[in-house]
Amino acid sequence: MTEQNEFPESGRVQTRVLGTPPADAPIVDTDPVHAPEGVPGVIPQDPVKARKAERLVALLFLVTFLAGAGFIASYVIFQVGTIDRTATSNLALGGTLALALLSLAAGLTVWVRRIMPKYNLVQERHEMRSDDDTREYVQETFLQGADESGFVKHRLLRRTLLLAAAPLGLAPLVLLKDLGPLPGTSLRHTVWGEPTKDGKPRRLVVEGSGQPIRAADFNSPGGILSVVPEGYEEDLNALAKATLILLKFRPEELKSGTNLNWTHDGIVAYSKICTHVGCPAALYEQTTHHILCPCHQSTFDAADGAKVVFGPAARPLPQLPIGIDEEGYLVAKSDFDVPVGPSFWERGDAEAEVREKAS
Amino acid sequence: MNAPPKAITGVSTFVDDRIGAGNFLKRNLRKIFPDHWSFLLGEIALYSFIILLLTGTFLTFWFKPGMAETTYTGNYAPLYGVKMSEAYASALHISFDIRGGLLMRQIHHWAALLFVAGMTVHMLRVFFTGAYRKPRELNWIIGILLLSLALLEGLTGYSLPDDLLSGAGLRITEGVMLAIPIVGTYLQFFLFGGEYPGHDVISRFYSIHILLIPGILLALVTAHMILMWVQKHTQMPGKGRTEKNVVGAPFYPAFMIKAGAFFLFTFGVIALLGTFAQINPIWLFGPYTPADISAGSQPDWYMGFLEGALRLMPAWEINFLGHTVTFSVLIPALVPLGIVMTGLALYPFLEQWVTGDRREHHVADRPRNNPHRTAIGISGMTFYGILWLLGANDEISANFHISLYTTTWFGRVAIFVGPAIAYWITYRMCIGLQRKDAEVLSHGVESGVIKRMPNGQYIEIHTPPAEDIAEHIRGKKEIPVLESAEDGEGIPPKSARSALGRLRAKLSEAYGTDHVPLTDGHHEEGHEGEHAGVGAGDRKELH
Ligand code: FES
Repeated sequence: MTEQNEFPESGRVQTRVLGTPPADAPIVDTDPVHAPEGVPGVIPQDPVKARKAERLVALLFLVTFLAGAGFIASYVIFQVGTIDRTATSNLALGGTLALALLSLAAGLTVWVRRIMPKYNLVQERHEMRSDDDTREYVQETFLQGADESGFVKHRLLRRTLLLAAAPLGLAPLVLLKDLGPLPGTSLRHTVWGEPTKDGKPRRLVVEGSGQPIRAADFNSPGGILSVVPEGYEEDLNALAKATLILLKFRPEELKSGTNLNWTHDGIVAYSKICTHVGCPAALYEQTTHHILCPCHQSTFDAADGAKVVFGPAARPLPQLPIGIDEEGYLVAKSDFDVPVGPSFWERGDAEAEVREKAS
Repeated sequence: MNAPPKAITGVSTFVDDRIGAGNFLKRNLRKIFPDHWSFLLGEIALYSFIILLLTGTFLTFWFKPGMAETTYTGNYAPLYGVKMSEAYASALHISFDIRGGLLMRQIHHWAALLFVAGMTVHMLRVFFTGAYRKPRELNWIIGILLLSLALLEGLTGYSLPDDLLSGAGLRITEGVMLAIPIVGTYLQFFLFGGEYPGHDVISRFYSIHILLIPGILLALVTAHMILMWVQKHTQMPGKGRTEKNVVGAPFYPAFMIKAGAFFLFTFGVIALLGTFAQINPIWLFGPYTPADISAGSQPDWYMGFLEGALRLMPAWEINFLGHTVTFSVLIPALVPLGIVMTGLALYPFLEQWVTGDRREHHVADRPRNNPHRTAIGISGMTFYGILWLLGANDEISANFHISLYTTTWFGRVAIFVGPAIAYWITYRMCIGLQRKDAEVLSHGVESGVIKRMPNGQYIEIHTPPAEDIAEHIRGKKEIPVLESAEDGEGIPPKSARSALGRLRAKLSEAYGTDHVPLTDGHHEEGHEGEHAGVGAGDRKELH
């Protein structure tokens, strides 16, 4: 240990520099830990076994190298594009990457377990708390600081500072105001209430194809039809509230919950947006006339005003008043009379209000 | 000791001259890490987090968090010409046009699942061994924050590809926000930039997902590690292990390399999953539209319990003064999560209050040795597990041909009964295991050797337990009970006279007592190492 301190004559107590330990101590001070070699707690491995393990480790590292090289090769060789080619590339890249990682991991593990010594070292803990003197000193320093700053003495200063801070604390919230417009009453309306450009009532069209529906042709064979407003076929914002399900009943099947004035020839339209938390209620069981929402299994009786028969939804699916235009196509006679979709604070008991108005 | 090679002295001198790291290293290079398999659980979470940062960065190079409509013209033929959002199109682009893109996406998703799973089991380990006790309460709370943030991070990430499945999750999020009294509508409008779905939510979730939450996570993870480092690990009871020491292997070199290897193992396994186990095949779901959904939509596993809660809840909505409160959404969305997270956060302090135990603890408890804590933990897990199971009740009823209503009703009952039963069973099991421990100490372990005595009696030879096992068992600590409620004259101290004080004393009594004392086996002179294994007399002294 010759390469000694660079400032041997600096006059102060020599601070030990890493790598230049005093002659009588190892580099890393082992103080609370027992010395590394030939001491209890560090149990060396059998050198013969260690040499065997070394070969295994080397083999594993070699595999890592090959797999790593394979990964790079795969990147060059396998192109992506079609499903098949992507799958092959994924397999080659992922397989080689995983092999490289795992064999390196295995190599390191064997190294630690079979070549490095086994340890059973003991280290002392000390209590987390500082000693009393230090604590006292810190507390005093705090008090002294508070005193010096005048924060305690100058009341006016302190209070106006707090006052000054309050609006600034709110500033981030204020800045967030422009994230969105205010809700207003927008949750109460859907586009079904707006007349079309030429002032006619809006037609019901089939979701996906955009076909208008002629009442005479619609007989709901075995299921429900998903319906969207004409002119908004692609507008997700409008669809999120205005999508309908359309069903046809024989007159004797309809029960009192359904508003017959809003049907046309047994054809009924309900909002498709579940009144629970808004999933599209898309499943229909023909024999029972139950509409089932796949999200949390709220179940609505389509023959009886889509009232809830099971599940967490609390309100029926709102019914849309429908009729036909002069060409015989189904149209909306007006908007829903209650808000569709999940409940919200400002909604109130919209159903009761409607009933009151009617009576 | 040999002179250190020049390569090391040179570099270390250079570094130490400038930042004086020597003192830090002196204290820490040989830091002792105790060994127990369960200490790896937290590491899984840590390494998954690192993998998430790496793969996530890769994904950001190509992902476009936009909701503007484009027409897909990429390589995936079935969706060619379909209108979709930029976000979905770029997620497809990453999957099919970028070499390694699909792999990174799948690794990212798998790592996310493993991240939350690793945190969860790590937290359970800490809970059941009492490792959250003083001085580690702060780190426990940081851990709970980490877990909550990870859930949020998962939710925002799940929504980004803007496929049909992620849209369904977003829709539910919207409905839940709307149900929040007073501010719900505003929250929803501000988050989505207007009515659902609007045009902003994906880009906002993106900022939150890649910047805000990861930043906080990183800071908290760092704090978590620093605290762990400073306070040192807890250790399981065993030979030579006390509250005042740590027994194990040094950080350098053994633990360092082990940890490196374990990181690689974690990465390797996740890479295997990403390669061979398809996850979230967004190209099969199609672009999001609010009008469609597929049956059997499932969230990622860690959201399953919220989903289950929503499904269990019966319809309940009230109107008052022109306002609507939807308990059928509000309760399942907030209460279970609230119970679990608040319960966990308060537990260390509640336990401290009940037992009056304010000492530092560094030796972990074996779960059986604190039966009430373990029972509380298991009943919490049962509560969570039932909700989680019911989150997939449609799958259950489809696969096992049970009606949906039956599964739901089962859940509605089980959510109350299940945790209670679990509590009772766990408590009994802990006591039983403690008896078993006491028996091992006092009678030794069965050797399997049957001996016939001169008088014709058969006995099984019991041998004393191996030393490390015995020490492990002997590490059991009494659970402290509050100082007796009465002083010498039968007058309880002031603090115990109020209703709360009496409750506290009662709780303390219940929490601490009913333990099984350990006795060592030197009782039958002349019969050392043997004991009649047949016959009922054994157990008497255990009580
Ligand atoms: S959204 Fe329909 S049941 Fe929950």
